Amino acid sequence: MASVPSKLYSDDVSLVVVLVDTNPFFWATSSLSFSQFLSHVLAFLNSILLLNQLNQVVVIATGHNSCDYVYDSSSASHHGVENRTIPALYSVLLQKMEEFLIKDEKLGKQESPGMIASSLLSGSLSLALCYIQRLFRTGPLHPQPRILCLQGSSDGPEQYVAIMNSIFSAQRSMVPIDSCYVGAHNSAFLQQASYITGGVYVKPQHLDGLFQYLVTVFATDLHCRSSLQLPRPAGVDFRASCFCHKTTIDMGYVCSVCLSIFCKHHKKCSTCGSVFGQAQADNSAVSDRKRKAPET
Amino acid sequence: MHNGEKKRLNGEAEEEEEDDLDEDGMDAWERTYTDERSWESLQEDESGLLRPIDNKAIYHAQYRRRLRSLSTAGNAARIQKGLIRFLYVVVDLSRAAGVMDFRPSRMAMIAKHVEAFIREFFDQNPLSQMALVTIKDGVAHCLTELGGSPEAHIKTLMGKLGCSGDSSLQNALELVHGYLDPIPSYGHREVLILYSSLSTCDPGDIMETIQKCKQSKLRCSVIGLAAELFICKHLCQETGGSYSVALDEGHFKELILEHAPPPPAIAEFAIANLIKMGFPQRAAEGSISICSCHKEAKVGEGYICPRCKARACELPTECRICGLTLVSSPHLARSYHHLFPIAPFDDLPPSRQSEPHNRSHRTCFGCQQSLLITGNKPGLCVACPKCKHTFCLDCDIYIHESLHNCPGCESLRPS
Repeated sequence: MASVPSKLYSDDVSLVVVLVDTNPFFWATSSLSFSQFLSHVLAFLNSILLLNQLNQVVVIATGHNSCDYVYDSSSASHHGVENRTIPALYSVLLQKMEEFLIKDEKLGKQESPGMIASSLLSGSLSLALCYIQRLFRTGPLHPQPRILCLQGSSDGPEQYVAIMNSIFSAQRSMVPIDSCYVGAHNSAFLQQASYITGGVYVKPQHLDGLFQYLVTVFATDLHCRSSLQLPRPAGVDFRASCFCHKTTIDMGYVCSVCLSIFCKHHKKCSTCGSVFGQAQADNSAVSDRKRKAPET
Repeated sequence: MHNGEKKRLNGEAEEEEEDDLDEDGMDAWERTYTDERSWESLQEDESGLLRPIDNKAIYHAQYRRRLRSLSTAGNAARIQKGLIRFLYVVVDLSRAAGVMDFRPSRMAMIAKHVEAFIREFFDQNPLSQMALVTIKDGVAHCLTELGGSPEAHIKTLMGKLGCSGDSSLQNALELVHGYLDPIPSYGHREVLILYSSLSTCDPGDIMETIQKCKQSKLRCSVIGLAAELFICKHLCQETGGSYSVALDEGHFKELILEHAPPPPAIAEFAIANLIKMGFPQRAAEGSISICSCHKEAKVGEGYICPRCKARACELPTECRICGLTLVSSPHLARSYHHLFPIAPFDDLPPSRQSEPHNRSHRTCFGCQQSLLITGNKPGLCVACPKCKHTFCLDCDIYIHESLHNCPGCESLRPS
């Protein structure tokens, strides 16, 4: 990579960071098996590398208990391992993926089998953003980065804050987060991520044709996207759900200290413990009077 | 405490330097050398060769000191931040703003950085509102009213640049006090004054005005561009704000951006309260309605107030018809990182890194950059106190300044 003259980086060179969901709890229930899924993805990665010789692909595995880098097309390590039957990309990626899956499984055994079927999307998103920042540091000329989430597991509500933080950071550095969701229901996290960062969200209807979805929607560079008819974002629901009953609400009360959302008036915030309204009337009497003074 | 000391030292150094300049009567080209002090970035190594100083390490050390001072201040009490702020930015456009000690002039320099500040402010405080006030010819004018749209503020400010007359601190404070006093008590009332003048031309007793501001719990902060003034310092001390004087453009930028993150909440300054908010749905595509903000008929792409069904063009805003605060859940989520900050990372001594037990310690966990500098010597790196993963210095800064997630902790399932 270092030998490439930097002037060759035109606006159609891309860096694609692909986050692959490896959560065994999801793939056990999916109609598409993980190996089939991988063969679609590997062909897609190859086609990205073929589109432009300067294109770069990084694969991060999103596991159930951990996340890790699995493949980086810019690191030179894969040149040596080539054997006659399988191309370098496949052998290196599959080998690292297997190592990762074994490690991820071991980590899982230490804890009691819970019912959490989500994968650690927040971790792999954070890793991808760190990698992209490193690319930005190399100077003004670099491939155009984007993130592609290939996700199947359902959202983990406990990751909400971390995922939102990642989304806003991506938005600030103008990195679009594309998502291809192969699970049963739509993922609210990924819909929001793609909507906020200006990426594309796709939920393929026929998983057998996954490769075609990937190539037609996600293979083109950001520059060409503007001239393509890509799937338009469906209405993303930005309504909040209250912390007390988890129901979606139109109107609600927000704690001024910690911004927790409640559907009806409480006397005390259950999140931060602040006391509202009448209960605090004694303490706040002075300032209340002051506040009312100019109005009367 | 530590910061204050540093600032004072810097201030003294700068004063001395300026004295030198005056005595020597240097030309502009000579001054660029004096200002840049290019020789200071060189260091002699053991063999007598000149090498550039490792600026990155110094920069990083400064950054970490700042981070630590912030986190210790926050940990003392339970973390509470003034997330809902009502900020008046007062720009001094008196004669003194035309002085050209900043390039091209103080006024242009202020405008440039206020623009960046306004964007940063709304990025970090999506639920807050801001207004602009200017002082010109001894009179304070309200340029824009409290609002949440950065573009509107920037456009108005850029259109109204031009300086003349004297400056009056009292007039500005009286005006702002009048606007901020009726603000609901859960909001944090703040004033940020960018003061170019060395004097204030007031119609009455400014001390009374300062006391009035103190009683109304206005937190007044001043950034001076010329020299320290007693009255500004007194104002900031009385009202709990911060006072600083910019040494150069870079310093000014740093100072003004320090006001972008929400200040720690002072319990008696704002009373916890439940605020009624609406989470509007997007208008159906193709529906035509008159929006309440521009008073024009628009097709699709809008939000409907859940209480009065009026149409608003963008969020967050306050419904023009019924006054309900309209937000969407990402706006609230944007503020959550202030409440759940990540711990500062620990410095890792090179001796511990060289232990061969862990191969992964040789690359940054975040960006996979090698942590070994030339000669296979381990470079500077840091580790998260919770997950013990190592990170390079660049990732450390990115994680704390922008991402607000530790990638290591996020890639481990909490047990």
